Amino acid sequence: MKSEKHTLTMLVDNEPGVLSRVVGLFSGRGFNIDSLCVAETMDPKVSRITIVTQANPLLLEQIEKQLRKLINVVKLREMSDDRAVRREMALICVHARAENRDEILRLVNLFRAKIIDVASNYYIIEASGDADKMTALIGLLKPMGIKKIARTGTVALYREPKRGI
Amino acid sequence: MKKTGAEILMEILKEEGVDTLFGFPGGAVIDLYDALMRSDLRHLLVRHEQGAVHAADGYARATGKVGVCLVTSGPGATNTVTGIATAYLDSIPLVVITGQVPTQLIGNDAFQEVDIVGITRPCTKHNYLVSRVEDLARILKEAFHIARSGRPGPVLVDIPKNVGQAVTDYAPVGPVSIKSYNPTYAPNIKQIHKAVALIRNAKRPVVFAGGGVILSDASAELTTLARTLQIPVTTSLMGLGGFPGTDPLWLGMLGMHGTYRANMAISHCDLLIAVGVRFDDRVTGKTDCFACNAKIVHIDIDPTSIRKNIAVAVPVVGDCKHSLTEINQVVEEQGLGRDSEKHATWLEQIDTWRKEHRLSYRQQDVIKPQYVVEKLFELTRGDAIVATEVGQNQMWAAQFYHFKRPRQWITSGGLGTMGFGLPAAIGAQVAFPEAVVVDIAGDGSIQMNIQEMATAVQYGLPVKVVILNNRCLGMVRQWQQLFYDKRYSQTLLEQGPDFVKLAEAYGAAGLRAVHPDEVETVLAKGLATAGPVIMEFLVDNEECVYPMVPAGKPITDMLLV
Repeated sequence: MKSEKHTLTMLVDNEPGVLSRVVGLFSGRGFNIDSLCVAETMDPKVSRITIVTQANPLLLEQIEKQLRKLINVVKLREMSDDRAVRREMALICVHARAENRDEILRLVNLFRAKIIDVASNYYIIEASGDADKMTALIGLLKPMGIKKIARTGTVALYREPKRGI
Repeated sequence: MKKTGAEILMEILKEEGVDTLFGFPGGAVIDLYDALMRSDLRHLLVRHEQGAVHAADGYARATGKVGVCLVTSGPGATNTVTGIATAYLDSIPLVVITGQVPTQLIGNDAFQEVDIVGITRPCTKHNYLVSRVEDLARILKEAFHIARSGRPGPVLVDIPKNVGQAVTDYAPVGPVSIKSYNPTYAPNIKQIHKAVALIRNAKRPVVFAGGGVILSDASAELTTLARTLQIPVTTSLMGLGGFPGTDPLWLGMLGMHGTYRANMAISHCDLLIAVGVRFDDRVTGKTDCFACNAKIVHIDIDPTSIRKNIAVAVPVVGDCKHSLTEINQVVEEQGLGRDSEKHATWLEQIDTWRKEHRLSYRQQDVIKPQYVVEKLFELTRGDAIVATEVGQNQMWAAQFYHFKRPRQWITSGGLGTMGFGLPAAIGAQVAFPEAVVVDIAGDGSIQMNIQEMATAVQYGLPVKVVILNNRCLGMVRQWQQLFYDKRYSQTLLEQGPDFVKLAEAYGAAGLRAVHPDEVETVLAKGLATAGPVIMEFLVDNEECVYPMVPAGKPITDMLLV
């Protein structure tokens, strides 16, 4: 069976140790975590955890069931298809030699990114988008010299119904 | 009303119907023990915290109630881990209360501090660190609710010393409701009809029952189903007693040390009705070959058990008792029970397999361990509560003691914890002081928690320990004999204690049988003795448990005697 990337989002009790229960489940059962994002929701008692995992359909079923079994997981949803939007963010510190600066600016515009810090030889770019877009931008900046990079995992939200649109 | 945390604990224990707990005191729980002294709860002081958890576990398995134990922080808490994992793997309801250092010291590597909530996260159904006394009552109520509902399991509650001491306004907590925890008891009726449709068309059906049948008290419903439709029944190790071991439809246990006919029936059946099982590797052997001619109906309250190891045709998520009741009802409505001859050919085939290879041994001039178990079965008329240690002793007990009813069989199935049997037998004996409670042990396992003999003697618990002494760690030695060219690496226990003197040293009675002629006399005398007894049987040290399916092989690849 084919193994594919899946984005799982869960609402969990915002309590100490909950993240460790979720992550411990993955490590203890040999499930894989590609990326992980956690933050509070509008309700301070609830956090949202988004995990990207690699699994075939049977394994995915088991991962979802195991997560639902955790007492602190209130709700779980798969966010892999078009019914959800997914974004990542990256901060990229790129070598900005004089001869490259125009190209960097052009790429920043094309990718609807921003330069958020300018040093004598380096720019820090803030970019967000889906995973493919981030990979593409990083690929294009790489030849100019990426000094360091910080990427988030994926966050995702289910789309609301589009009545009358 | 103003109450301390410690008093609230006693209050909730009483409210939850607890009358007995097992434990061992220490610095972090002095306040809890002080409040305990002023309560009317019965506490059994064990000699090692592992014993406390196994005893609570044995109590829970024998009664169906939640077992409770109380231990101190640090080493007290870590000593419970094996017991907790044992209960977790077998889905036994426990509430384990551990002391913790005062909240202001947590994280400081304080004396006897350990992050027990962190340590037990993967082996509890849920666990809690109580950081405020105001939360204590609610957490304890939730702990009992979670432990006993759904697929049961152990829940740990870690109470810091200052939380036990703190005073708060106490008002009784209402019924527990946890919005993210709602086990499914009632099965989907469509799935029930699908299951019955398969049952109706099956020519060679088999029921495979597990620990879930015991836990959900579904033995009567299971027996009705099997007898109405004349379907033969096998169980996992955990399911023994879920179906009468003397019934003509009984196939014996299946799996690695299952009977020939049970494994053959599984491999040739066209319908497998799996109830409260999780298709453990010791049951299935090579999964590709397991029941590969059958459609499988799988009933379990825990959705994660379904399609974890084995693909199934009809999954039924629900309580075993509830689901079997529904199935029996539909079976009756459709009048399926009337054709009792329907499976005659299939039952004949099974009888042929039974005659081909029975569980057997030949009693010669050394005592055969199977003979001891068989004699024990006879002398106790199959009525004893039987706990076991782990290894060959456990398998011979499973094969040769024929269990009549649920909760008569107390064994560590999933984790396979040596040292489980004696404290578990103590727990069962506490619950049923009048019952004959036996621990079938090996000379290896018994020494892992032998200190609990002192507990048995102190409280006058007449547990009978039957040691099948083969001077080795028999099951591992058996693997070495069969698959490692008899290289007995570290499995020969060349120096054992004198178990008769040891029993006497603890204030119990000790008896020994060396010759086959003495077996019956020693058993009869031991069973007739008041108070705890150790009976030692010097058995054949090269005896193996048969049939045996080598790990990872199809269950039809049985090594027979």
